[in-house]
Amino acid sequence: MTHIDETRFAHRHLLDIARLSAADIDTLLNVAEGYVSKSRAGDKKHSLLRGRTQINLFFENSTRTRTSFELAGKRLGADVINMSVGSSSVKKGETLIDTAMTLNAMHPDVLVIRHSDSGAPHLLAQKVDCAVINAGDGSHEHPTQALLDALTIRNHKGKLAGLTVAICGDILHSRVARSNIALLNIMGARVRIVGPTTLIPSNAKTLGVEVYHSMKEGLKDADIVMMLRLQTERMQGAFVPSIREYFHYFGLDKEKLSVARDDVMIMHPGPMNRGVEIDSEIADDLNISLINEQVEMGVAVRMACLDLLSRGDQS
Amino acid sequence: MSNKKHAIVNVRLLDPATDTDTVGGVLIEAGKILDWGEHIKADEMPEGCEIEDGGGHCLIPGLVDAHAYLCEPGKEHRETMQTAGLAAAAGGITTINAFPATEPVIDDPSLVEMVRRRAAVSCPVNIAITGALTKGLQGLEMAELGLLSEAGVVAFSDGQYAINDINLMRRALAYSTMFEKPIIVHAEEPYLAGSGMMTGGRTATFMGLKSIPAAAEAILVERDIRLVAMTGARWHAAHLSTADALNSIRRAKDQQINVTAGTAPHYHALNDLEVGEYRTFARVSPPLRTEEDRMAVVAAIADGTIDVISSQHLPQSADSKRLPFAQAKPGVIGLETMLPVSLRLYHNEQIGLLSLLRSMTVAPAKLLGLDAGSLAPGKSADICLFDLNKPWKVDGSNLLSKSKNTAFDGHLLQGRVLKTWVQGNPVFEYKD
Repeated sequence: MTHIDETRFAHRHLLDIARLSAADIDTLLNVAEGYVSKSRAGDKKHSLLRGRTQINLFFENSTRTRTSFELAGKRLGADVINMSVGSSSVKKGETLIDTAMTLNAMHPDVLVIRHSDSGAPHLLAQKVDCAVINAGDGSHEHPTQALLDALTIRNHKGKLAGLTVAICGDILHSRVARSNIALLNIMGARVRIVGPTTLIPSNAKTLGVEVYHSMKEGLKDADIVMMLRLQTERMQGAFVPSIREYFHYFGLDKEKLSVARDDVMIMHPGPMNRGVEIDSEIADDLNISLINEQVEMGVAVRMACLDLLSRGDQS
Repeated sequence: MSNKKHAIVNVRLLDPATDTDTVGGVLIEAGKILDWGEHIKADEMPEGCEIEDGGGHCLIPGLVDAHAYLCEPGKEHRETMQTAGLAAAAGGITTINAFPATEPVIDDPSLVEMVRRRAAVSCPVNIAITGALTKGLQGLEMAELGLLSEAGVVAFSDGQYAINDINLMRRALAYSTMFEKPIIVHAEEPYLAGSGMMTGGRTATFMGLKSIPAAAEAILVERDIRLVAMTGARWHAAHLSTADALNSIRRAKDQQINVTAGTAPHYHALNDLEVGEYRTFARVSPPLRTEEDRMAVVAAIADGTIDVISSQHLPQSADSKRLPFAQAKPGVIGLETMLPVSLRLYHNEQIGLLSLLRSMTVAPAKLLGLDAGSLAPGKSADICLFDLNKPWKVDGSNLLSKSKNTAFDGHLLQGRVLKTWVQGNPVFEYKD
């Protein structure tokens, strides 16, 4: 089978959105778009990456991202190995670099890594000979999430430039937020962040966003509202006093959403805390919720990443 | 309340909000101030207007006490909203800011509603409510500041406890900025304070009592000033007592950092010698300080470093005071004596009368966001008439508070409240 797009991708790794150009992002999204229909076909299996080895190295628990990367690799014909922290030598005290060197000696073609420390994929990329894809590093970035969000938005709004996107919730700890802020800024969208003062970095404005502490103000005339997950350990008095107070001020419900544009669409990277950051009535409303579509776009975007990163080493 | 017009004439009008000190009167209708000034005289009042002669005494806006413990709900054997209200009225106080150290602690919006309802039926003066800063005043988890705020609290505080966890304090300050209400702190570094009960110094050493260094106050104040500078929150030190901490506040104010400070009458009127023969009624938290620190408190009131004087009224039953000093509970009652004790500063020519009154009227009203503490037309007729010079001797057993733990028993004071009105209705009248 031939490539969907003959464009070259000038990066060896996909470590973060911040270092991509608008053209890079367009390329990734265009290639991903082609994989959407291919993933909907009966025969989903291709041979593009036949003979290649993809290792998913997950130091943090994940179901949807790992499954999504696994499916993406398999649909492109790669041999996919999953290594999760529970069963790996990491538990026995091996350092990240030693793990990387061990895996590197097995000659993989792509390493997909998720790690609880910001910058872990960057360290890995310096030490291995293959492509590295960041599947989420600490509170830093989750680039494929931002790309799948962008593809989802583009499907519905036809563009990214000029849209008003409100990202709501725990910005402080969120890698999804950082990747989305970077991507949306590169593509010319207007980015707002909304959350309690305890969950927004005090110098957030330097990220190129408008900062709001009220949903009513932050959601006004928004085209897209992205909700973020609030981790359980942050709910009970440390960063916010209680679930009910958080939901009262920052949980997305019909009333808070009413100030947004009539054609507003809702997104959430999952897994959702219903009744904490989002009301079920909104999450399940197929007219405005893009949450399931985000998951579908995730596979296509990851196929595009694997495809584009594999082109470099063929030449 | 009566809808009839009612004038109080022949009084010395003192209104700190407008810097007014003049002879005149106040005209009241339907519980509100209709008019006030030099032109309110007995012979110029409309027909049917009830006229009361103030005998040339001082008429001021009712005092706002920014810091008191009412003990209800849960500790009614020490004080109730009713007895506290009667004591307050006798002290010229028309609004009490009730602290949340009750049982249960006021850390839930439904309790705010309950206290408000209870106060409306049983307390003769107005009650403002301060909500807990942390759940159960435990200093571990932030309370629901937003929901408490919507329920009507005017400030957040953990009362007698300082927040030990600096990260929690930082987040609580940051979080509170969304609701624009002040956090009122007990400024005492908890580890340094430990189980101490006297200020560090000669007296404590001589008496063999565990001491708390004066620096414990400055350390916490300095810590919090830096957090306030980071977060932009509103922060108020409930009752400062040391020269060092007051210097820190002075510097912070010079740097435009958003802090205010308060003190209580016992810190400007008494020093650690008051403990004398292990008098537990002189045990307070923070402890009474040395004479140098007391003089620094007086100077800070005079130069405006201290914005607010509040009673720090903390009723304790006799059995929790009739104990060895180390076992006795800290705290003194103060609603009835706040004004007359503070008038000492005026009689000693340490501060002007209007400046002194400002610290118990407009300043606390501004701190708590209350529409009180001034005489403007349209305001609720919460006012107080007092005799500036009348001498009297405090007898603890005659005070109206349910608990009698005053630190001023036997003290000679000059100045006495004659009458207090809330919404135009008399709630206290002095009888010889």
